[in-house]
Amino acid sequence: MAKISNEELLQQLVSKFDDKITQLGDPYGLLTIETSRDEITNVLSYLKNDLDFIHLTDITAIHYPELEKPFGVIYHVHNLAGGIRIRIKVFLAANDVHIPTASEIWNGANWMERETYDFFGIQFDGHPDLRRILNVDDMEVFPMRKEYPLEDPNRIDKKDYFFGR
Amino acid sequence: MHNHLLITDNDPQSELSTLNLGPTHPATHGVFQNVLELDGERIVSGVSTIGYIHRAFEKIAEHRPFYQITPLTDRLNYCSSPINNMGWHMTVEKLLGIEMPKRVDYLRVIIMELARITDHIVCNGVLGVDTGAFTGFLYMMQFREHVYEIYEEICGSRLTTNIGRIGGFERNFNTIAFDKIRKFLKEFPVALREFEALFNRNRIFIDRTKDIAAVTAETALSYSWTGPILRAAGVDYDVRAQEPYSSYQDFDFEVPVGTNGDVYNRFLVRNEEMWQSLRIIEQAMEKLEKEDLSIFHAAVPEFYLPPKEEVYNNMEALIYHFKIVMGEIDTPTTEVYHAVEGANGELGFYLVNDGGRSPYRLHFRRPSFVNYQMYAPMSRGMVLSDAIINMSSLNVIAGELDA
Repeated sequence: MAKISNEELLQQLVSKFDDKITQLGDPYGLLTIETSRDEITNVLSYLKNDLDFIHLTDITAIHYPELEKPFGVIYHVHNLAGGIRIRIKVFLAANDVHIPTASEIWNGANWMERETYDFFGIQFDGHPDLRRILNVDDMEVFPMRKEYPLEDPNRIDKKDYFFGR
Repeated sequence: MHNHLLITDNDPQSELSTLNLGPTHPATHGVFQNVLELDGERIVSGVSTIGYIHRAFEKIAEHRPFYQITPLTDRLNYCSSPINNMGWHMTVEKLLGIEMPKRVDYLRVIIMELARITDHIVCNGVLGVDTGAFTGFLYMMQFREHVYEIYEEICGSRLTTNIGRIGGFERNFNTIAFDKIRKFLKEFPVALREFEALFNRNRIFIDRTKDIAAVTAETALSYSWTGPILRAAGVDYDVRAQEPYSSYQDFDFEVPVGTNGDVYNRFLVRNEEMWQSLRIIEQAMEKLEKEDLSIFHAAVPEFYLPPKEEVYNNMEALIYHFKIVMGEIDTPTTEVYHAVEGANGELGFYLVNDGGRSPYRLHFRRPSFVNYQMYAPMSRGMVLSDAIINMSSLNVIAGELDA
């Protein structure tokens, strides 16, 4: 199969989903789009079934505490034959961190979502077995959120103002 | 531990016996726990528990300047740490837009392919041990030692290498290193041929491995598999060929694929990959002769840690040294995903940068983690001894699994 360009891919997605997706740019050639959690299952299935993005590379999350919707869930999906990747982001509000699972589309999403839940507390609705995976079962916090410091919070010698920031 | 079982006490199947395979068990090479429900010797269900050596690398990385993250990557797949190191350097170089000189690319290719060979030596050797043939493992292990000696000449360490820097290598390869590489290229093919002669048509080995844990390409893709185990199932996906990094496009090599994804196919694919790695190293050695021998890093003083003797005697080097160590370098606010072909599959680095001292978010796409999730489902219906072999041939490395 011939290589698909980002423009063609974006065009196909826009013609299908119209304003339900937003382009966020293509840093280093990797097309990045944003969509909503209502549409994410449709977008992922469309990519897999119609556009040949058969390989789910990665699911992870990111936390921007200062944003209105602080939690981003990030999918990397890969069209192996066409040699093109796409990154999809969904942002969620802090009091409502629910998103539909992708494990019905790819079996491989199972542990990736468990890891994302484990570290960020994102609730993947419909996931068959949403338990912690790397941390201990009775842990009460989601450690990759920015409010949990790595080191003693009273330590000041690494504060930014010592470095002129 | 009770809540990890799939079968409850009231279930009629609770006549089955429960086996805790691991976390420390002589038959599992690393810290893996699988709680198995056994009907006699046959596995009815299994649950994998992982995370025993989780070290919070992603959290630590958010607090470290870029060059201090390299030692963290060592400890992911410690059987081939140079690939992880190079993958991380290349991610940062991609972020900063650094163009690498060809010679550095070729030197990196040599190191990465040597690392791939050591990783496959361990995996295939151990597979032999698990099927009852200790000879191959012992015999091949000395070549891993030879490769570690090459690492020692280049960076001074052996297992957790921290090899190279962002922008190149910390020092040039010396002649001893090249001599050792040439010696390895001469001696290793002989041993590999003998190793293959020992196993490839060995009746006992074939009986134990053929059609065991066979996986279709469709299932393998659905479980997001990458690397030799995906190729053994017949999918020719190799990051080196599809998205060439570090000048892999300059090399002539083949991507071996299997047919039915069983343990035997994975063994053959890994063996063939070692031959291809040797081919790549030989080509790289040839190409190096045409390059300027003095180049071992890119001319990017603002990102490349200067040699110590310059730091003490040269104003500019001192400034750059200070800026890099204190994390004061200017970096773009953007995000980057870079993947390399690790020994187990696609090793990806997803880096979100806010221009600060350390990454805003760094996520490792670890092939062992993604590949291993199919282990418990695919073990159902297998006899225990086959499940052990299956685990060896997946080549799951605990450090990479648990990050």
